[in-house]
Amino acid sequence: MILVAEGLRKLYGEFCALDGVSLGVAAGEFVSIIGPNGAGKSTLINILTGLTPPSAGTVRFKEREIHGLGPVRLARLGMARSFQLVHIFPDLTVLETLQAAVVARLGRGTRLFASLARDRDVQREALEVAELFRLSDKLGALARHLPQGDKKLLDVASAFALRPEIILLDEPTSGVSTADKTAVMETLVAASRRIGLQAIIQVEHDMDIVFAYSDRIIALHQGKVLADGAPSSIQADQRVIDTVIGRRARAR
Amino acid sequence: MTGRLLVAAAAAAIAVAPLVASTYHVLLMLPFMAYAVVLLGLNLLFGYAGLVSFGHALFIGIGAYTGAFLTSHCKIRSLEVILIAAAALGALVAAPVGALCVRYVKIYFGMLTLAFGMVFHTFVLKFYRLTGGDEGTPFLRPSLLGRSLEAMPKIDYLVGPYYYYSLAVLVLATLCMWRIVHSPFGLCLKTIRDNPAKAETLGIGVTRYRFHAFVISAVYAAVGGALLGPPIGNVDPTLAYWTHSGNIVFMTLLGGFTSFFGPVVGAFVFIYLQHWVMSVVPYWRLIFGAILAAIVIFAPGGLLGLLEPRRAAVRL
Ligand SMILES: Nc1ncnc2c1ncn2[C@@H]1O[C@H](COP(=O)(O)OP(=O)(O)OP(=O)(O)O)[C@@H](O)[C@H]1O
Ligand SMILES: [Mg+2]
Repeated sequence: MILVAEGLRKLYGEFCALDGVSLGVAAGEFVSIIGPNGAGKSTLINILTGLTPPSAGTVRFKEREIHGLGPVRLARLGMARSFQLVHIFPDLTVLETLQAAVVARLGRGTRLFASLARDRDVQREALEVAELFRLSDKLGALARHLPQGDKKLLDVASAFALRPEIILLDEPTSGVSTADKTAVMETLVAASRRIGLQAIIQVEHDMDIVFAYSDRIIALHQGKVLADGAPSSIQADQRVIDTVIGRRARAR
Repeated sequence: MTGRLLVAAAAAAIAVAPLVASTYHVLLMLPFMAYAVVLLGLNLLFGYAGLVSFGHALFIGIGAYTGAFLTSHCKIRSLEVILIAAAALGALVAAPVGALCVRYVKIYFGMLTLAFGMVFHTFVLKFYRLTGGDEGTPFLRPSLLGRSLEAMPKIDYLVGPYYYYSLAVLVLATLCMWRIVHSPFGLCLKTIRDNPAKAETLGIGVTRYRFHAFVISAVYAAVGGALLGPPIGNVDPTLAYWTHSGNIVFMTLLGGFTSFFGPVVGAFVFIYLQHWVMSVVPYWRLIFGAILAAIVIFAPGGLLGLLEPRRAAVRL
């Protein structure tokens, strides 16, 4: 198990956003987290990545309790993430964004007088990731000028540029047109293979995508794990159909 | 490329100014060059790290008082020694002040730096023995590169050797800062300015980088502050007063904080405009207040931002 969570609770005042969530993710797994709006999916991702402290429960990443580590050290340990609402650097170019991730990964951020442009390693890796994510022809564009889908892609690409062992993606294809979703997923899978990623955890609403790509699916509902298992078992789970997959599946 | 040519042309113009311009104008170049050094540092914090300090007069004061103290009380006249001491003392004071301030952002950062500036101002006023209180301390004529130059008439000294010495310091400071902002470190600062939460998820430690930027900017302010001293000949508490901190933020906005040379242009325009306005009407602050308002409203990217309309956006 590379990532293990036990008994996670998250209270926002009186409101309980997560209530006793436990899960384990093993190397080689592609896990999708599904659930209706407000189920606690983003809250879970934020706790797993050390962004939000849980009210109770523990998270262990590579056998190490992450309590108090914070995102910076988790990133160094090999965990990367993207956000539900795009997180980009609006005034940096695509290339600069990717370079920043590589600089951070290689620990070169304290090089005060070195030339970034002449850093071959940083340059090479940044271009490689741009290529993987098909951003090569937009290297000079400012992030805030990119179309919504590319912003999302850049957010994800910069997480991949860290060459992490595990990556957590909060709705990587939201804001991407339905026609492009599969292309984005193919890119993700190809990139994962290329960098030797161990595990992916993603939050996703599109059930076609979820069932096509996941090894395992965790369904959340009102802060609790409703079901956790292989796609075939989830697909057959009546409670999941009622609360998550819902009308869409029945309409077919 | 045109950018490089422009910079080279500007440097050449500054270099030949003493040969062609009137003494009045050449003397005004001295505070310009000193402020340019200060602003290069301030803008690492402002334009590149996204933190607006309202307390940097503190570090200008530290630089200027270091020079005054060394020349008046310690018989140390070497400007090289003075500048190094100013830089070291600036960094020494910036370390604890910065460590505290950079934990806060936006208005809280600004107010904390302002508070430290006020504390320092009171300190120089009250510690009479060390600073001369109200009256200040004389900044005796420093020797340059080991040459005393004591016999020279003051004006000749200032528009001659001192002028070129200041220019050399400015060029060196510019080259260093150019490297810093184009280094991996500079890039990390920009990520923090744009989106600190995202920067953290990439493994970029926000407070650590802000702290380094703070200390570097303080060193620049202290060196610039030390350069301000000799032309005035006397260092007094107004140099460390908070309105002085406001002035340098004004210069930065005037020239434009989104470009590397914006603040330098701002310093130039500010100083010449100030002297011109003062010679025409008695209320220069009134005029400057109006100019500041106009810039914030109509040209948030400053003067250089006007040349580059694409980037004229408010980012505060
Ligand atoms: N900072 C907060 N303060 C108070 N309540 C919050 C906070 N963050 C989330 N919540 C609440 O917790 C619940 C779970 O939120 P969360 O964002 O985890 O849902 P989600 O499953 O990601 O939903 P969506 O599909 O809309 O993204 C929601 O009811 C939300 O209103
Ligand atoms: Mg969510």
